[in-house]
Parts: sequence; structure tokens; C-alpha cells
Amino acid sequence: MNALKSGGCQLLLQGNEAIVEGAIAAGCRFFAGYPITPATEISEVMSYRLPAVDGTFIQMEDEIASMGAIVGASLAGAKSMTATSGPGFSLMQENLGFACIAEVPCVIVNVMRGGPSTGIPTQVSQGDVMQTRWGTHGDHPIIVLSVSTTQDCFSITVKAFNLAEKYRTPVIILADEVVAHTREKIFLPHPGEVEVIDRIRPNMPPDWYIPYEDTSRGVPPMAAFGEGYRYHVTGLVHDSRGFPTQRPDEVKGLMSRLFRKINQHFFDIQMVEEEATEDAEVLTVAYGSVARSARRATREARARGIKAGMIQLVTLWPFPRQVVEPMLRKVRAVLVPELNVGQVSREVKRVNQGVTRVETLNRIDGNLITPEEILSRLLKI
Amino acid sequence: MAEVTKLIHKYLRHHKKFPHVWCPGCGNGILLGALIRAIDRTRLEKDEIVIVSGIGCSGRLSVYVDFNTLHTTHGRALTFATGVKLANPKLHVIVIMGDGDATAIGGNHFIHAARRNLNLTAIVINNSIYGMTGGQYSPTTPYGSLATTSLYGNIEQAFSIAELAAMAGASMVSRGTVYHTKLLDDLIEKAIQKRGFSVVEVISHCHTQYGRRNKMGNAADMLLWQKNSAVRMEKARTLSHEEMKDKFSIGVLVDRDLPVYTEEYGKVKEMAKKAMTQMR
Repeated sequence: MNALKSGGCQLLLQGNEAIVEGAIAAGCRFFAGYPITPATEISEVMSYRLPAVDGTFIQMEDEIASMGAIVGASLAGAKSMTATSGPGFSLMQENLGFACIAEVPCVIVNVMRGGPSTGIPTQVSQGDVMQTRWGTHGDHPIIVLSVSTTQDCFSITVKAFNLAEKYRTPVIILADEVVAHTREKIFLPHPGEVEVIDRIRPNMPPDWYIPYEDTSRGVPPMAAFGEGYRYHVTGLVHDSRGFPTQRPDEVKGLMSRLFRKINQHFFDIQMVEEEATEDAEVLTVAYGSVARSARRATREARARGIKAGMIQLVTLWPFPRQVVEPMLRKVRAVLVPELNVGQVSREVKRVNQGVTRVETLNRIDGNLITPEEILSRLLKI
Repeated sequence: MAEVTKLIHKYLRHHKKFPHVWCPGCGNGILLGALIRAIDRTRLEKDEIVIVSGIGCSGRLSVYVDFNTLHTTHGRALTFATGVKLANPKLHVIVIMGDGDATAIGGNHFIHAARRNLNLTAIVINNSIYGMTGGQYSPTTPYGSLATTSLYGNIEQAFSIAELAAMAGASMVSRGTVYHTKLLDDLIEKAIQKRGFSVVEVISHCHTQYGRRNKMGNAADMLLWQKNSAVRMEKARTLSHEEMKDKFSIGVLVDRDLPVYTEEYGKVKEMAKKAMTQMR
């Protein structure tokens, strides 16, 4: 309601449509994509929303090209995004790695459907959690955010752009078929009320600009092509001037900085939402559309006298262990419901290191885990 | 200062990045020379030019020139270039690719970039082989030729890059060689100045990986092969298929005015803005 008072508006939107509104509010002015279920609506809405705000939409020949185009557009100064689902996301891995090593801010939306391969295009899944972390080859840091409501689709998309710009890194938004196609009421804040962060641009004379300089933040300022800073961008391991190198100290310097710039800002990147965790004895760790079922199950368990609590993971990668780990030490048991055979639960177990009992609840039949399924497990745990 | 020295000082990152990685006698250096001479003639500012390259020996060209330079992934140079151009249409984007880069792994992007007719300049240097990886056959390796992956002779038919680009819808398509350097300067200059997607196929040689295995001699011998096999486009049109066997045409193959993507998209923006105002 505060959003309305400050000049915002209230709309009935689908998750995919809310992602577009979030992107435009965050300053996205370039989108390249390829049709794919269940992410197509993002392309469709972008195709008429972007030109109206002086942005550019293009439908490319495939997802490899879409990912290449958004990296190119970002280097020319535009905040850029693409959206896809599993098969397309697999094709994007090559140029996603380029964005990591060349430190090009951009946002990639993966609306998860059942897999592998063509899988079940119209049904929900959370099978791509590990792919978002390690899909592109080589050691690399990445930021992955998950959304569970239409409101999230707006606000987390804004955050995704802000993190991408702040840390010069690709950020992946992990949505799923249910959240993407659920139509519900959402408050869109007035554009002036949205916190938007832009990349830091160089302010020194071009001769002094060192495009990949190691700064204390670990994030060098970024010039756009055509601004007078003529520099080299490559997917090869490079020195601080951007030129290819094989010198061990320079190779190590770049690789370490790529990780450091994410790790040293862990607390800024790590986002979770907690529900009744203060005195919880059993804890549910959930994300995406499953988090909605988990929230209801937690409330119903409380109504039946069980001290249940939940953590909803908004940041999936880097895994928010600083929040999850202390919580694991306080509870009797943990339940991790997810729409795969156990991806985030592996991470919870890794962080847990045998301290408490970690149970999993997995569903891989193309349907959402219901609140009842989670509740019945909480009652038995 | 000699003219060439002035160009070197103006356009090359000579104090940082040389010697280059190419073999002595390689055609890539000749193309590099033609490129900076052509750019100099266009009188464009260095800040306005973006050089995008792919992977392979040709991909390294972007390191050596003092423009905004982008060395992308294998075959994807045109996709990155598409993003750069659309985000800032004022930039002049020149894409350098090799034959494998542009027509094997990047074949899909190549035909669609031509069809889309964005205002880009694509230069494809064709040496009939994958040189950097040691001499494997490429989509332009002639039938019967030897390569490290065709020890008994290549059994695939070769693409003709310029004709492929013309059929795919490019606004301007031409072919030159690294032997005919004056012509090459002209073709590249015309391509940069053309409105719409322009392609220059540059016939070159890889004496190290292709010539050596196929008994075509050293770099100088292969330049002579280019001299003797090239037929001017005007003359080639009068020759029969049989007379053109083992020869190729050079010059401008296609020069036509087609709707340019960025200009068409400008109209889309106007219509979208109008529609949005009416909705309010």
C-alpha cells in the first residue's frame, strides 16, 4: 500500500511479465532472446516495452547468439538481459563464461522446466540449480537468485541488475514454470522509488585507464566502447590491461580477484527470508515456488503446536552458509523440499557436516510439492 | 616520416603487443595492413571503431590495433558485434573472422547476420584450413586436399563464402586476396562505407599447415598461386564453368540497397512510443 501512496500502481501480472517490469525499472535497455517455453512471455513483452523506452529488443537465431549479443550490448554501455529455459540455458554456457572472465555485467533468466534435454517443457522443476553454479567450464564465481512470487519477480530482478552492475558479473535469475505463469496482484513502485545501481565508469584520462586494474573493491571501473577509452576485451586470461597473458603471477592475480570480488562482498550478496526461526526446533530450507508451500506448511505446523521455522533462500549461489550454518546448530532436524533428486540438500548437508539430521523431500513428476506433503513430513520428523 | 610508418604509429598498439603470433609470410599481416590503410582512408576516428574478432589465428588481430577491441568466443564474433551495434548504432563495427570461425562453428550466425542486414562489416580471411590447431580440414578446404584430419584426402565439398553471403542477403559482398593488396584496400574501404551488412572474403594462404601438406610451396609460391588463380569479377562473368575450374573471381560480387536493420528499428521505436502514449 505504501507503493500506491508514493505514486506506484497495483497490477495483475504473471511472473514473466513482472520480470520485464523489474528489468525496465532497473534500467535494462537491451534484450536478446530466442523463443522457448516457459520463458517466451518475457521476450514477447520485452519486444514492445523496450522500444517504447528507447531500448532495443532483438530475436536472435539461437540462445548462443542471444548470450553473445547481451555481452556485446553491455560492453557498449547498455544494461542487458536474456531469458530462456533449460535447453537454451545449456546453449548459453559458453558465452556466460565469457561474461564471467571479461567481467561484463548482464542478467540471465532461466525459467526452469523439467529436464534433461527437451524434458517436460510445460511443467515445473528445480533441476538446474547445480547447472547455474557450474554450467560453464572452468573455475568461476557466479551470483544466482531465486524467485518465488510475482512480487519477487519484480524486486529480485531489480536486485539482479544492481548486483551485476556493482560487481561486474553475470547474475542468473532462477525462476520456475509455476512462478513464471502464476498471475497475481503486484505493487509496482514509482520509478523514482526503485533503488538502481549503475556500473562505476572511469573518470581518469584515457591514458591512465587500466581496464582490469586490481582495486580494493576488486571491481575495476568499466568504460563503454566509444567513450574514448580504447581497450581490449578477451575471453583469454588477461593482464590488468586486458591483453592475453600466461605469466603465472598474472594468471593467478586475475583468477583470485574474480573470486575475491564476490567473496569479500558476501554479506551484500547473501539474501534469505526467515519465517518463525527464533525458537524453531525443526527447520525447512526452501526456494522458488516450493518456498510458498513450505511457508504455509510452517504456519500450519505452528498451529498444531510444532515449533517449525523456515528459511527461504533468495541467493542460491554463493550459497548463503553464514545464515544457514548457525541455524542448523540450533534445530533438531532440517527438511529440504525441492523439485529435483537433491541439489540444494547436498549443499545443506555440506554446510551441516553431520551436526543435525537433514531430510529431503523430492518430487520429480512435473508437479509442485504441496503444503500438505511438507506438513505431513514436519509432523513426523 | 614515411606514410606507412605514420599509419603504424597511429593505428597499432606497437609498443605493447609486438611481435605478433603469426608465422613469417602469413596473410594475416597483409590483411592487417590493408585494414588500417582502408580505415585511414575513411577518416573515421579511432574511438568510433570497434574491431570484433573470433578465435583462431585471425582472432588475434584485434590485440594489435588501437581501437575498441573485442576478442570473443569461437564463431560468435557476429553475435557480440550485433549487441555492440544495436546498443550504440553510432559505432562502426568491423568483424574479423577466419573460414572455420565464420562458416563452420559460426555458420548459423553468419547467414542470419547477412539476412538481418545490420550495418556491420564482416571480413572473412579464408586460408582453407584450421591453422592454429595444426591443420585440420575446414568448410573451405577443397575436395581431395590433405589435412591432419583428412590423411586420405578431404571427401567434403567446400563452401564458397562470398556466394554464401550473397545468397543469405548481405547488402555488399566482395572477394579479394592478400596478393592483390591495392584491390583489398579498396574492397575493405567500400565495405566499411556501405550501409548494411557487407562481407569481404579475403583469400589467403596457410603455407605452414595447408601449403606444406599439399605441396603448394612456401608463402611466396602461394601468393603466386593467388595471382594466377584470381580472375576479375567482370571477366569471370564471361567465362564458362569449365574455364573457371580451379580459379576464383575477385572484386565486388554484390552491391545493393536493402532496408538496414538499425533504421528499420528506429521506426519500431517510434511506433512503440506512440502506442504507449495512446495507452496512457
